[in-house]
Amino acid sequence: MESTIVSSTNFNAWFGDNHVVKNVNISIPKNNVVAVMGPSGCGKTTFLRCINRMHELVPNAKADGKMMLDNENVYDMHPIFVRLKIGMVFQRPNPFPNLSIYDNVIAGYKLNGMRLPKAEKDAIVEKSLSRAALWNEVKDNLHKKGTFLSGGQQQRLCIARAIAMEPEVLLFDEPTSALDPISTSSIEELFHELKKNYTLIIVTHNMQQAARVSDKTAFFYLGELVEYDGTKQMFTNPTDKRTQNYITGRFS
Amino acid sequence: MNKTNAHIKWRIAKSNIAKTVILVLAFACVIPLLAIFFYIIKEGVTKINWHFIVSLPKPVGEEGGGIANALLGSLLIVLCASIIAIPIGILCGIYLSENKNTRLAYYSRLAVDILQGVPSIVVGIIIYFWIVKETQTFSAISGSAALALMMLPIIVRSTEETLKLLPDSLKEAALALGLPYHRVILKVLLPCGISGVLSGVILSVARIAGETAPLLFTAFGNPYLNSNIFKPMQSLPLLIFNYATSPYDDWHNLAWGASLILLIWVLLLNIITKITTRKWRVQL
Repeated sequence: MESTIVSSTNFNAWFGDNHVVKNVNISIPKNNVVAVMGPSGCGKTTFLRCINRMHELVPNAKADGKMMLDNENVYDMHPIFVRLKIGMVFQRPNPFPNLSIYDNVIAGYKLNGMRLPKAEKDAIVEKSLSRAALWNEVKDNLHKKGTFLSGGQQQRLCIARAIAMEPEVLLFDEPTSALDPISTSSIEELFHELKKNYTLIIVTHNMQQAARVSDKTAFFYLGELVEYDGTKQMFTNPTDKRTQNYITGRFS
Repeated sequence: MNKTNAHIKWRIAKSNIAKTVILVLAFACVIPLLAIFFYIIKEGVTKINWHFIVSLPKPVGEEGGGIANALLGSLLIVLCASIIAIPIGILCGIYLSENKNTRLAYYSRLAVDILQGVPSIVVGIIIYFWIVKETQTFSAISGSAALALMMLPIIVRSTEETLKLLPDSLKEAALALGLPYHRVILKVLLPCGISGVLSGVILSVARIAGETAPLLFTAFGNPYLNSNIFKPMQSLPLLIFNYATSPYDDWHNLAWGASLILLIWVLLLNIITKITTRKWRVQL
């Protein structure tokens, strides 16, 4: 039995009066890739953002229920510690435009005012960029601005920036929806590498992507977690009628 | 056939007339500025030399004399005004861009807009009643306070507008890395918007450099060199105002020279603004 790293019990989220995540119970095993899919507006992104408490940035957002990281409820922790342990990569690549590639990778330390010796910084930058499969492409241009990279490279830079903080979990919010097919496939390959060290939760509206990259898949519909199972099981033999309809393309 | 041809020709002619009118009017906008430049340079350039910059005004009838007191005074008054207005203005701008819809933001935005429209002479009178009457003396610092009130709206609005233009994704990226809120603002948002914030600040300095009305009954003017900001102080616009309305030719000459110096000052600040916006712009 794999150990669980993130789990929610009776988790609900609202924007104002709009109930967007309804009573979700899910447990995410360590070192797995979990895809969260569902039609637009089904609450999958909101659920993802509830895991590291980014949804709180929206005024009127509230959440209740338990969201456990290891054995701690993230809603009892300070959001800063939550976000140090749970990294996030967004839909559009968003490197800091005022920082170089090097500084972007160590931004989590640098901008937080943590001073590290140069050797340690170099090591973190090289390790993070290598893990994000970007090192070979940028090692000669580390001091150029991150915004000069292509979209796919920028997204991998954002991944490097997230893993530089050594989080336990990485959240991806439709990480390839703004990228071209080649960049997309390079990011997808990366997921297989990353899961050795981290637990990945990936929101995607692309079913094929969920099928390609994930170990387990969760299907959200209208704010509910309809079905959650091994990816193979889910795509070949879904138990719920709604999942089946979604997978066979009867609605999207 | 002929009729259509004639019609099209007439339309082409109309289009050319419109183009010419636009060109002439666009050029007409530049003429006043060029005329002012030409006239002030013509009158002022012969009066300016090293002596003019470093010496004090002479009494009527004596040759020479300079504007050292006004130059120093203007620098000090504007410096103090900047020290008062820049931090408050930037902080207020940050608040407004971060809290777009709160009641406080609504009222402070309204207040800032109204403050921008308050005539400068009224600002001067208010400071006269608040500070000069209370302290029983004209002083440079009261002049700075009046000028700071005039700088404030420009800095607030330019900071707010600049920061509003930054994409939300930038803030999200910083917060997702576990940065506390104040560091998100200081280390990410401000550095990314620095060119806009700075150009607002420099423009506001250029804007107040020539203000005369708020200084008339605050800094008051002083024929002697003074670097004590709690005492009355001369400034360039005050000197120009006093000397240009005097009946003496020597003083008129000083006023022309001072006008040219003020013009160069404002021009330089505007050029610096252009350079900072270009050089420090962060490509988003």
